[in-house]
Amino acid sequence: MYEFTYHRPGSIADAVKLLAGDPDARPMSGGMTLIPTLKQRLARPTSVVDLSGIAELKGITVSGGTVKIGGMTTHAAVATSAEVQKAIPALAKLAAHIGDNQVRNRGTIGGSVANHDPAADYPGALLGLGATVHTDKRTIAADDFFTGMFSTALNPGEIVTAVSFPVPEKAAYAKFPNPASRYAMVGVFVAKGPSGVRVAVTGAGADGAFRHKAMEEALATKWSASALEGITTPQDTLNGDIHASKEYRAHLIGVMARRALAAAG
Amino acid sequence: MPRVSLTVNGKPVSAEVEDRTLLVELLRETLRLTGTHVGCDTSQCGACVVHVNGDSIKSCTLLARQAEGAEVVTIEGLAAADGTLHPMQEAFREYHALQCGFCTPGMVMSAIDLVKKNPQGLSEQEIREGLEGNLCRCTGYHNIVKAIDAAQQVMHGKVKELPRAAAE
Repeated sequence: MYEFTYHRPGSIADAVKLLAGDPDARPMSGGMTLIPTLKQRLARPTSVVDLSGIAELKGITVSGGTVKIGGMTTHAAVATSAEVQKAIPALAKLAAHIGDNQVRNRGTIGGSVANHDPAADYPGALLGLGATVHTDKRTIAADDFFTGMFSTALNPGEIVTAVSFPVPEKAAYAKFPNPASRYAMVGVFVAKGPSGVRVAVTGAGADGAFRHKAMEEALATKWSASALEGITTPQDTLNGDIHASKEYRAHLIGVMARRALAAAG
Repeated sequence: MPRVSLTVNGKPVSAEVEDRTLLVELLRETLRLTGTHVGCDTSQCGACVVHVNGDSIKSCTLLARQAEGAEVVTIEGLAAADGTLHPMQEAFREYHALQCGFCTPGMVMSAIDLVKKNPQGLSEQEIREGLEGNLCRCTGYHNIVKAIDAAQQVMHGKVKELPRAAAE
């Protein structure tokens, strides 16, 4: 690792101040991506602003048909939350299958969405449920938040403070994990609820997570796996790499969508 | 250099570290607790797993300064003062849950966290899934799973003594 200065502010205001004063400062949530990146010298921030000392960024609240999860809430906390399990079981289950136990004990929802790894699970849930991202400055609809691979609508120095999810009528997530990394080769999140009928795909898009409009229209007409018959995914916007070709991922999207639909009931 | 203060295996410790020092470097190089291993150094193999405030974490992927004020337990902190092994360590010995032994400290630390957080008991499949963050390059998983199954019975008070391994 290159040298950097470590800060651990106790409030959002202090964190924002530290980040605003230095364009090469980086916020850190769980550090499950940032620390390996620093170790490989793929990034050289002047300072790392650890958000773990900010109590107001942690916690889960469920009220009025909305589940709100603080940005620094770990995957383990979401996975084991009785409230999330009850309100949106698909979300708790998704969190329970991110990485491994040790990653889930440190990794956070805020870090995951701010990083927008194209193979991360949470972006699928945000798009699939029509979530809202809260930052220290504003709120951003999930549909406007993910702007490309490792790219989001966040401005430099802007911090994800929470994500709120409307409670759906039905929802499920099906993922085909890479057997080594547990990242999604393809993950499909389907939901029916206050945000309409939604189908979100992660792991497959060249620009990161995306909504599958053709499947959404078909399921809006008829909420059944049979409605998905014959729907294919154009391969030109998919990601092909050493783990899977575009063609393979396009096929998996159909398989995962049908599995998710079966699980959602 | 900044100073970090934390509790390691029940004892308060304080040391000067660089901001970029990893927790595993503090443990191994400064405190000389070399039971915690570095295998892949890329957060995948789990040889470096320790407990921080009761959660198993990969100490190669945590800055030492992030552990400020934390309670850290390493493999050296498990046995009683008189040398009596933790039930998980005893089970790993009884079931010969190791071949070369390199992954063993991380396996034991992950297994204890896994068992503690699942008081309802774990099936063989759940144990295997719970070990996803730990790699054994000898591929000695089978006996590791058997050991964890035996240890969970002791840790949850279902049996007083560790079930013995079947005689060969």
